Amino acid sequence: MGSITEAAPATKTTARPRAARFRLTQEGLGSFVFLLPFLITFGLFAWFPILRAFVMSVQDTNLVSEPIFVGIENFQRVLADPLFGIAIRNTAWFAFLALIFGFPVPIILAVLMSEVRRYRGLYSALAYLPVVVPPVVAVLLWRFFYGASPNGVFNTILGWVGLGPLPWLQNSATAMPSIVIEATWAAAGATVIIYLAALVGVRPELYDAAEVDGASIWQKIRYITLPQIRNVLFVVLILQLIATAQLFTEPLLFTGGGPANSTMTVLLLIYKYAFQNSLGGDYGMAAALSLMLAAFLAVFTAGYYWLTRRWSVDS
Amino acid sequence: MRRPFSRRRPGGHRTAPDRGILSTADWSQRRIRWSVLALHAATLIFLLVIGLGPILWMLKSSITPTLDTLRQPMALWPNGFDITQFATAWNKVHIDRYLFNTVAIAFGSWLVQIVVATTAGYALGVLRPRFSGVLTGLVIATLFVPPIVLLVPLYLTVVDVPIVHWRLIDSYWAVWLPAGASALNIILMKRFFDNLPREIFEAARVDGAGPFRLFWSIVLPMSRPIIGVVSVFAVIATWKDYLWPLLVLRDPDIQPLSVRLPILAPTTDLGVFIAALTISSLIPIALFLIFQRLFLQGAGVTGALKG
Repeated sequence: MGSITEAAPATKTTARPRAARFRLTQEGLGSFVFLLPFLITFGLFAWFPILRAFVMSVQDTNLVSEPIFVGIENFQRVLADPLFGIAIRNTAWFAFLALIFGFPVPIILAVLMSEVRRYRGLYSALAYLPVVVPPVVAVLLWRFFYGASPNGVFNTILGWVGLGPLPWLQNSATAMPSIVIEATWAAAGATVIIYLAALVGVRPELYDAAEVDGASIWQKIRYITLPQIRNVLFVVLILQLIATAQLFTEPLLFTGGGPANSTMTVLLLIYKYAFQNSLGGDYGMAAALSLMLAAFLAVFTAGYYWLTRRWSVDS
Repeated sequence: MRRPFSRRRPGGHRTAPDRGILSTADWSQRRIRWSVLALHAATLIFLLVIGLGPILWMLKSSITPTLDTLRQPMALWPNGFDITQFATAWNKVHIDRYLFNTVAIAFGSWLVQIVVATTAGYALGVLRPRFSGVLTGLVIATLFVPPIVLLVPLYLTVVDVPIVHWRLIDSYWAVWLPAGASALNIILMKRFFDNLPREIFEAARVDGAGPFRLFWSIVLPMSRPIIGVVSVFAVIATWKDYLWPLLVLRDPDIQPLSVRLPILAPTTDLGVFIAALTISSLIPIALFLIFQRLFLQGAGVTGALKG
């Protein structure tokens, strides 16, 4: 091993120009061959469609006739659609509810689980199990759980404690919270695992030091545990918001956007423009709306990072 | 050598330290010890009800006659057993065919993802040609584009693939090929290859191994752990996917379970349908139980990467 590394520079200095050029072209060819599957898949199915989204948003495209340039007309038509405001409101409402249900529960679970000394694997496995159930199966199963009759699964459970029956998905006031509960159930396990990984990374000396200063258990959680995983919390929070903005399977399969459009989300509206239009897909409008959503998410994320950065510096 | 999945952190701390929030002094106090143990038990019961409960209910209802499930959905012990619901789902509702379709789609997507991710990771992480920095940047850029932006233009691309003008609708290639364009896979692979010791590559090169030999005989065998993580996530993601196969696979005979199940729901007897749901969840749950460590590690790693 040692002799090889020592011998290599000697040969390099004697025949440097030719050897270097030879190696470069040969490896250039080799790396091109290795890059080929990547360039094809990303070129055709990632980079090209992203660029195309921008082009389509200013065109009238329907797959049949040649696309026509229409300027910002697609955007204007989206903004004029009464469903647009409803979809925005519903998506924001969903994101808010998902935050209320979905943000604190995984933190509490992860903090509790991080203190478990034996069988922690069992806890993690149980928490993660709903994540591996295919979403369509979960939604169809939960649709039955949400049966509105007193014999529905959840209504039976509520009946044991003398509550209900609730209309769940049948009523425009309870439909969205019902969807949020299922979505939280389906996603929380992955968040718990991420928090757990962050929690076991907290340096034990910090707790030792806090105890020397006489900190109680609550003070340790408040002043060491949570600040130490703060960055992970911030990132998970924004990722959760970005994910909720793109909610699709749940509203489509639970309610199809109803009752009375109370669960019509932005993504469902995009789907409706492009693929559920009896006059043929309005791809331009769909592209315009998806770009507007992406732009909003980008601005929101940037603002969020700026804010959290400032908080981190302040404290 | 720094192994990306080792349980050591820089600074020599194990990621599972000997202590957490509670100190040994806390543990030795009887009141704290008992309340913490009670909390742990409560957490366990909560996780059992939430995590395992719905799945157990599904198992029970798939062997309970429909009428019993409708009348008393929460009955712990069913009045009768009806194992034939599985046979009906398998033979009459053709869950066998849809399960096979799902497996075919998952296998192809897995293969495409592994080929693209390993070759690209190798080229960008080990060979490092001149434009590899730019290409890596372009991969990371796609991470920041929400998938929703891609939906409609990607659909139109699959309807008529540019340059070659293929129509991929109703062909599994419409699912397999776009699956390969996964930025997360490439970045995970590249990061892993970046951390492999370069002395080995130099030594192999001096011994006369070309880029292909180096890839096949040295890099691939060394990258088994990361291939495992990417594989598990590739299979599970395809199994979960709904919107994309719904758009590009119109022919009922080639549709996967996720697309067929909602269509079958209104016309299928409830007991039979729940048996079908059970069959659909068996493979992902079995994969999870077998490769638990890989799953939980992977969830932590992807989480850390996003952070």
